[in-house]
Amino acid sequence: MTKKILIADDEQNIVISLEFLMKREGFSVCVANDGQEALDKARSEQPDLVLLDVMMPRKNGYEVCQEIRADAALQGMRILMLTAKGRETEVTKGIAMGADAYMTKPFSTKELVAKVKALLDVAA
Amino acid sequence: MSVQSRQALAVLAGSGLVVAVLAAAGVAVWRDLGADERDILEPILNPRLGLLIMVGLLGAGAAAVLMKSFAQGALAIPAKMADELGLIVGTDPVRRLVPDGSPELRRIAEAVNALADQRRSLQEDVEARIREARLSVEEERNRLAALMSELNQSVVVCNLDGRILLYNNRARLQFKALSDAPAAAGGGEIIGLGRSIYAVFERSLIVHALESIQERIRRQSAQPVANFVTTTRAGQLLRVQMAPVLSSPEGDGEAVVSGFVLMLDNITRNFEAETRRDQMLHSLTEGSRSSLANLRAAAEMLEYPDLDSELRERFLKVIRDEVQGMSTRLDETANAFADSLKTRWPLDEMLGADLVAAAQRRVEKKLNLPTKLEEVDPEVWVKVDSFSLLQAIGYLVSRLSDEFEVREVRFRLTSAGRLAHLDLIWSGQAMSTETVMAWELEPMTFAGESSPLTVRDVIERHDGEIWLQREKTQHRAFFRLLLPSALPQEQVEAAAFLKGDSRPEYYDFDLFKQTEASHALDDRLLSELTFTVFDTETTGLNPSEGDEIIQIGAARIVNGKLLKSESFEQLVDPLRELPEASTKIHGITPDMLLGQPPLAKVLPSFHAFAEDTVLVAHNAAFDMRFLQLKEASTGVRFTQPVLDTLLLSAVIHPSQESHRLEAICERMGVHVMGRHTAMGDAIVTGEVFLRMIPLLAEMGIRTLGEARQASEKTYYARVKY
Repeated sequence: MTKKILIADDEQNIVISLEFLMKREGFSVCVANDGQEALDKARSEQPDLVLLDVMMPRKNGYEVCQEIRADAALQGMRILMLTAKGRETEVTKGIAMGADAYMTKPFSTKELVAKVKALLDVAA
Repeated sequence: MSVQSRQALAVLAGSGLVVAVLAAAGVAVWRDLGADERDILEPILNPRLGLLIMVGLLGAGAAAVLMKSFAQGALAIPAKMADELGLIVGTDPVRRLVPDGSPELRRIAEAVNALADQRRSLQEDVEARIREARLSVEEERNRLAALMSELNQSVVVCNLDGRILLYNNRARLQFKALSDAPAAAGGGEIIGLGRSIYAVFERSLIVHALESIQERIRRQSAQPVANFVTTTRAGQLLRVQMAPVLSSPEGDGEAVVSGFVLMLDNITRNFEAETRRDQMLHSLTEGSRSSLANLRAAAEMLEYPDLDSELRERFLKVIRDEVQGMSTRLDETANAFADSLKTRWPLDEMLGADLVAAAQRRVEKKLNLPTKLEEVDPEVWVKVDSFSLLQAIGYLVSRLSDEFEVREVRFRLTSAGRLAHLDLIWSGQAMSTETVMAWELEPMTFAGESSPLTVRDVIERHDGEIWLQREKTQHRAFFRLLLPSALPQEQVEAAAFLKGDSRPEYYDFDLFKQTEASHALDDRLLSELTFTVFDTETTGLNPSEGDEIIQIGAARIVNGKLLKSESFEQLVDPLRELPEASTKIHGITPDMLLGQPPLAKVLPSFHAFAEDTVLVAHNAAFDMRFLQLKEASTGVRFTQPVLDTLLLSAVIHPSQESHRLEAICERMGVHVMGRHTAMGDAIVTGEVFLRMIPLLAEMGIRTLGEARQASEKTYYARVKY
């Protein structure tokens, strides 16, 4: 069964690459352009993993993360936070909000794919 | 009994005694004679009775003369000496006794004179020492005041009650900027001698800082100071450093905090600059992270061989977009950073013309080279480290003179927006670019001065530039120095200094001795109260018929000194027409009142200016009537006690007919100038009032309560407006 990935980022320039990359790796992909939409799609599409940007309009990544974790219907959803905030305090906060992993921009797409696969228990 | 009557009595007693002794001897001999002997003697004596009486009278006369001279020596001369001695002790220490009378008396007089001489020289010595001590204290105070007024930092000194004893001009300007009142008070309603610092700072803040200082003193800290940052009511950010004023008690006791010094820094601007810098760093780091992520991802996608051309084009577009975005952001940040980098090196703002004049002096003095000025824009302000910049200019000129035999240089200063051009011009051949480069990069040495800096360092310190330019048509060349320009500084500083022609009265250490009045104002001495002397100019004489205030002028009296530099002067729009006749009196014309604030705006700041003081005015009832009629509409009430120099004059000189201000001035020797402006009259009233205080004291009127009572009893107090 193909795993589904939700890409939540307001920057189209990264969404293009991520979408292409994930599809190429054999995942099915849906996209959200802000925090609220991310939360809505998480509920409607039930993705296996969310690539979650922190700085988004309407709701930021931390809030989205917290709400997903608080929703009983979304148990088991993996969250990988992507952010330009590289300070240790912010990484700690992301993990505390319930993210499974945290990657600081700019990242290597190969590492990203590896991390996604590891989180989803898919053979690389 | 007077000396004369005692003298007369002694003379009478002396001659009486002689007569009595002779008579008694005659009577005793006569009684002792037998009857026969009497019979023999009677015929002998009887015809000689006249002779006997003559002898008796002669004896009495001789006794009188003797007694008179004796009384002179024993009574009159000592009495006169005693009087003289009284004068020497009491009023005239230079007076001396004239030795007179008996040798013993003369010796006493001489000894007394010697004592008086000794006493006099001791007195003179003590007086000289006191005078010397006072002079040196005065000198030190003046030196301190001069030093403080030059300081670039705001300094305020307070006693433990938070009363201001000393402040400098910088502090005054800073408080002026903090004040939200109209410009009239000039910040004077906040800062002023004897005013409370708690009008600016929360009392608890100061108390806390004082406590932490005291704690540090207990722990014997080397630097018992406290720092805090606070926002003022006007929203400005102040960084405050507090240091204690320690006074050591007699003996070896521990020093006691008797006041504190506040050094203030308005860091609102710095804070804003720092915030901006933070924002820039933030946008540079995080913004770059996102863009780099987008770039890297897109670039990595392009590496996949199976891309169709449409996708490839989309990834390329991402790369182009992001590169473009990053370039723009970098430019913006670099520009903005250039501004904030400039603030790193402490550059002073100065008038460009002053800089040029200093450069001229330096070149002429150090290098003996004549200079000339070309166009110098008088409006240009520059932001420079003048010391190193003048060094650089001097160095360049010295090389021009040494290596190219330049015999005259000219200066030119022009404005170019955010920059200023300072040109150093000379006639003759121009050097090669390599030479210029060498000059720029070698450490500056000339005329016995050497600096580790190079011209380039100095220019970089200013974030400026320098280049050589030729004016071929005129056979001239010049170095152009690009310097950051500054906004013209407020001219108010100069105005504030000019206000008093002598040293401004920015300090009063006697306030150290004053403590918060525990007793009512009425019981306090006139000589120690703080007063606001004021005067108003009006459209006419009848406030109840619509006449209005058009000007208020006021000054403060603190510790018996009239502080002209802490003044309040404001024109007021009366919101009605101004009768032409009144202009003749006060010289204020309708167009002077255009755009002035109405009384409702002015009264609150005048009220603040006069807070905690006793009001003094000439014919105060008139001015107070105008103020009181506005109480209802403005809500500003002047509840403090009021003294009237007109009434006080009637107390001091009840028999004089005129108590007009001019007449009083003449009587009291007050020099009148600038009358019939509110400020001029207020100051004259203040001078008059200060001279009245000792005269009132001679009449036993010392406290405010006594002065008010005495005023109320005069005839004039019954006149009502």
